[in-house]
Amino acid sequence: MTENVKSRIEAAYQALAEEARDQKETFDQSPLPKIHIGMASCGIASGALETQAAFEAALKDRGVEAHVHTVGCLGHCYAEPVVIIDHPDSGFPPILYPEVTPGKAKMLVKLFLEGGDPRFEHIMGATVENEMIPSVMEFARFNREKRVVMERCGKIDPEKINEYIAQGGYGALVKGLGRTPESIIAEIEASGLRGRGGAGFPTGKKWQFARNAAGSDKLIICNADEGDPGAYMDRTLLESNPHQVIEGMMIAALAVGATRGLFYVRAEYPLAVRILTTAVDQARELGLLGTDILGSGLDFDIDLFQGSGAFVCGEETALIRSVEGFRGMPRHRPPYPVEHGLDGRPTVINNVKTLATIPPIVEKGADWFRGIGTPGSPGTAVFSIVGNVTHPGLVEIPMGVTLRELIFDICGGIPKQKKFKAVQIGGPSGGCLSADFLDTPVDFDELRQAGAMMGSGGMVVMDEDSCMVDVSRYFLDFTQKESCGKCTFCRVGTRHLLNILQRLTRGEGKEGDIKQLETLSRAVQQGSLCGLGKTAPNPILTSVAYFKEEYEAHIQEGRCPGCACRTLTAFYIDLDKCARGCDACVACCPVDAVFTTSTRKKGIDQELCVKCGECMVACPPEYDAVVKISPAHLAPIIERPSEKKS
Amino acid sequence: MNPLSSEDLANIEVLKKQIKDAPKGRGQLIPLLQMAQNILGYLPDKALSLVADYLSINRSDVYGVASFYNQFRFNPPGKNPVKVCMGTACHVRGGEIILENFERKLEIKEGDTTEDREFSIERVACVGCCALAPVALVGETLHGHMAPSKVEGLVLRVQLEREKAEREAGNS
Repeated sequence: MTENVKSRIEAAYQALAEEARDQKETFDQSPLPKIHIGMASCGIASGALETQAAFEAALKDRGVEAHVHTVGCLGHCYAEPVVIIDHPDSGFPPILYPEVTPGKAKMLVKLFLEGGDPRFEHIMGATVENEMIPSVMEFARFNREKRVVMERCGKIDPEKINEYIAQGGYGALVKGLGRTPESIIAEIEASGLRGRGGAGFPTGKKWQFARNAAGSDKLIICNADEGDPGAYMDRTLLESNPHQVIEGMMIAALAVGATRGLFYVRAEYPLAVRILTTAVDQARELGLLGTDILGSGLDFDIDLFQGSGAFVCGEETALIRSVEGFRGMPRHRPPYPVEHGLDGRPTVINNVKTLATIPPIVEKGADWFRGIGTPGSPGTAVFSIVGNVTHPGLVEIPMGVTLRELIFDICGGIPKQKKFKAVQIGGPSGGCLSADFLDTPVDFDELRQAGAMMGSGGMVVMDEDSCMVDVSRYFLDFTQKESCGKCTFCRVGTRHLLNILQRLTRGEGKEGDIKQLETLSRAVQQGSLCGLGKTAPNPILTSVAYFKEEYEAHIQEGRCPGCACRTLTAFYIDLDKCARGCDACVACCPVDAVFTTSTRKKGIDQELCVKCGECMVACPPEYDAVVKISPAHLAPIIERPSEKKS
Repeated sequence: MNPLSSEDLANIEVLKKQIKDAPKGRGQLIPLLQMAQNILGYLPDKALSLVADYLSINRSDVYGVASFYNQFRFNPPGKNPVKVCMGTACHVRGGEIILENFERKLEIKEGDTTEDREFSIERVACVGCCALAPVALVGETLHGHMAPSKVEGLVLRVQLEREKAEREAGNS
């Protein structure tokens, strides 16, 4: 590329950046208060739209002027809807408010925006260090995170490309345009970046293979077919900062010499699809996509394909089949997609987070990236941590942080003073780790060694009330349904594994079941073609290895130690604690199983009871009379009085 | 098989018009099926054969692809589709109990629609607000921290609202 072209690209970009920065400056320096509302799916699910409407109505009613600024997700799902109010005139720094209901929104407009009182009791913290209000940076949840991929999430409006450009967005693309493809690939290889889709294949290598592949019509696919039933960071990223992913994809295209890109997004993610479509359109309008990008003479454009919801399509050859219009069934590799992909063209398939990591690496260099994380797995990991933790949500941490720090320090530990039992990492392909593994660092290789895997990054924390057999059954139920049916071991084997687990949870286990589970699991691993079948038995193998006593309790005693398997559990009412006058449990029972005895205390009809646990929740804490017990036959029998004759 | 309602027949006409402008080729199969489902809410045989004929693909082949993916459904959704989240977090917190309660209350199984097409029940993968687990969607509205007693309330509310609307329609 000649110096002439380079300076033309630079000039074109600077013109865009200048306008974007001007817009940002006007917005930032506006004396009006700014209300930033987190509006990704999780925020909307928690009522952010209602909150936004309440803010707008209250501002109008009271005649207060302010900017309502919708942004993406900060990752603090436990606190949604999250609102940051920046009210320069009040003298306070920008303040983060959790759980802003429409009522709170109205109150904040009246008391804070009008009255200048920030209502300390509702504050989580200030977003910057200051001398008046404790900063959110004092919480482990904020100061232990290291944001590379999610750096701008929750700060910019994902539907305005200029907000991304004003923060230096597409700068890495300009840098990339000025370099040779070989040097970009070398930089990515040197950074040690490994694919964030789960398997951890070195990204630079993949690009090199595609670069070397014969054929001119190369293709980049961004795999946003997030199928793990407990993970949602790809969606959040696309909803909060789509341009970083697009920019990453364009750099990948430069490196391998591709002219077309494709986003494979789940159709179940309507908001992500909408935001991505807007983002691509806006980039095209500014000349960042299309023909002759920024005057460089290079062409690249992006299409969107909506995935129809099949877990197996996360596997790259299956994904390609589904784009081609067939059932999404994987095929043998080699040839690898990098040589023979969609319609026979060389195709690079990268995960959303992988692509989002590219711009920061090109911007700041491989050495900077290597400085984060561990030598074997540089960079950060994004997890969606859910289940029995105090602060669930999305967390981005440097690789190498231990599970203990992650669960107990950053996410606040287990609520209700319960004990930690297990953490499930990697969804249906991952494994359950016991408390003995809490000091394992988060890292591709360390986790694999422990029997779990990084997987998609879903992490479910379970307390003492969870049953490991039931969790394995849940995941097998999922993989069994999602198995495409190509390989016998996966199709039939997972069915048999599920049958055994279902028997165990019903208390019908027999000697030898554990052995059978292990043997069959190994066979399914060996006899399956793709990752789905190869990893489907992981939840069983790890839980059998680390929680064998739970399996034994189910088989030998018909007892579920977590009291979670419903056939093995019974609820009864402790007559010594039950209060006569209270009818809470009777009223709440969905099947009328709770009855009043002759002493006006209550009993539970074990025949009718569906074990939903509603009476346990309803029983006032001062009585706490409902007891859960396993095995079920231990529950004392209370006779239901015969119906009074009228 | 469900007979086509008059609404379905009208929608099929819409589909016939829109499909004419679509590009051809095997790669269009899934986008066209999605288009058909967007218009009709489900894929009746008629829609499948329209797509098959347009792309010159065997009908059995089209059905094979459509039935492979979770997105496509072959029975009409209810006016109030109930979607119960079966994500991992919801499972740990009792999502299955919520599903069972909807099934019991509405007297249909997951995947089915009530005869009056008022309700249908589906299980969905993570809807992404695990902090509110277990969750269920009725229509577009999300309900967090679900409990069996809330199921009764939700169904009752929809029924009351319908009765109210009918009364008002009758009055005017």
